[in-house]
Amino acid sequence: MILSTKIVKRSKPIIFLLLLSPSMLWGIMFIQSNLGINPIEKLMDELGQMALRLIIVTLIISSLSQYKFLRSLQNIRRMIGLMAFYYVVCHFLTYIVLDHFFNWKFVIKDIVKRPFITFGFINFILFLPLVLTSTNAMVKKVTFKIWKKIHYLIYIIAPLATLHFYLLTKADKTEPLIYLGIILLLLLWRFYYKIIRK
Amino acid sequence: MKFFGSEITPYKKYLTRRQFIQSSIATSIVATLSSDSYAMHEQQDSQYSDQLSQNDFLNTYEEITTYNNFYEFGVEKSDPSSNSGHFKSRPWSINIDGLVQKPGVIDLEDLLKNITIEDRIYRLRCVEAWSMVIPWQGFPLQLLINKVQPFSNAKYVQFETVYRPEEMPGQRRNILQWPYVEGLRMDEAVHPLTILSTGLYGHDLLNQNGAPLRLVVPWKYGFKSIKSIATIRFVDSEPQTTWPLDNPREYGFYSNVNPSVDHPRWTQATERRIGEFFRRPTLMFNGYEEEVSHLYKDMDLTKYY
Repeated sequence: MILSTKIVKRSKPIIFLLLLSPSMLWGIMFIQSNLGINPIEKLMDELGQMALRLIIVTLIISSLSQYKFLRSLQNIRRMIGLMAFYYVVCHFLTYIVLDHFFNWKFVIKDIVKRPFITFGFINFILFLPLVLTSTNAMVKKVTFKIWKKIHYLIYIIAPLATLHFYLLTKADKTEPLIYLGIILLLLLWRFYYKIIRK
Repeated sequence: MKFFGSEITPYKKYLTRRQFIQSSIATSIVATLSSDSYAMHEQQDSQYSDQLSQNDFLNTYEEITTYNNFYEFGVEKSDPSSNSGHFKSRPWSINIDGLVQKPGVIDLEDLLKNITIEDRIYRLRCVEAWSMVIPWQGFPLQLLINKVQPFSNAKYVQFETVYRPEEMPGQRRNILQWPYVEGLRMDEAVHPLTILSTGLYGHDLLNQNGAPLRLVVPWKYGFKSIKSIATIRFVDSEPQTTWPLDNPREYGFYSNVNPSVDHPRWTQATERRIGEFFRRPTLMFNGYEEEVSHLYKDMDLTKYY
């Protein structure tokens, strides 16, 4: 059985809406002040974790699509990657607008001084080349070989995002460690697959 | 001192007064639930308003009882209110030991019979850079210390809570070293601002807020104010307390609120007052500088953080 490209492509709008809906839901809950006692913190947490989860999903797709019968999954990887960036932007905007209300002096100091915010910001920057080269035209322009190299950045982004999460937790590091475990397993899987293939 | 309890009620009288307050709180909780949380603490209980500092507004009962750090019940802010239902805070006794003339076990009800409960409205500043304003009921720790008469070589007071993993699900994992331990220098412990609290907003403390008896030290980060105190020990050297044990680089024994000494991972210069949109600047000693700064006058507060 091969997962057909047609099915994958057809399901794109549904997947798009599914991935978009949590942000809409949190946005509405925030406006209605239904997001708990400390809504800004909650919103920032949810958006950030969603971004991390979607980054991991793109890694899973990359690994799975090496199997012939799942190759068609590649057709939704770009969209999920872009959705991950969308959540990164929402997360970052929440920090700048809601948490510090455009207090740029403070935000810049924070980015420079706090390692966990530095890592978050670096990740945002590292994401930009991936987003800018995401269209078909751009892939052609930079050539597929270079495009592939640029997109290896995701292997820096994923662990860095986990580190960003790890550094902000106080005592219980379980959740970021679970994410890190999954990422390491996926990297091993990729590595193993490459060696076997060669 | 304007933040001080002006209204002093004997405990018995206080118990009957509580019934009246309960009904008024019930209505204010309903009002809170239906109102916008950004309406900046609209309804204020006028009973407490004369004790409020300028620019401070009481946090609601709902905020104070559902947004808590009490890792014995879980690490999420909502965990203490949802997971503390099985905790048995009555009957309760406090074990007094160490360098003290009258060691022994004190039953909490017996202790409270002869104690006058006061209202104290304090700001609470968490080390995580959020804060609240809470109307506590309690009594100065000094009262209890005078009762049990520590020896002159007792330089510190160490507090311990209970280890009951069957009632405290958070203790089933070694997130921190259990049971939680806190401590104060003797002069901090007998300072008139330092209280043992038995209630808030006229209710007995709920389990998530540290029932039945907790410390409140308003000029220090919230984690110093240990909850559900079971042991008070008088010692001659600085006690090893839970958070500095977990991470000595990030948490010190003193942990005074200080906007100019940052936590290694985040700033302490500003804070989010729960219920407010804009951050507030954090005040030195959480705004109690006038009352407590003499305790630390020759100390380098960047070293003794």
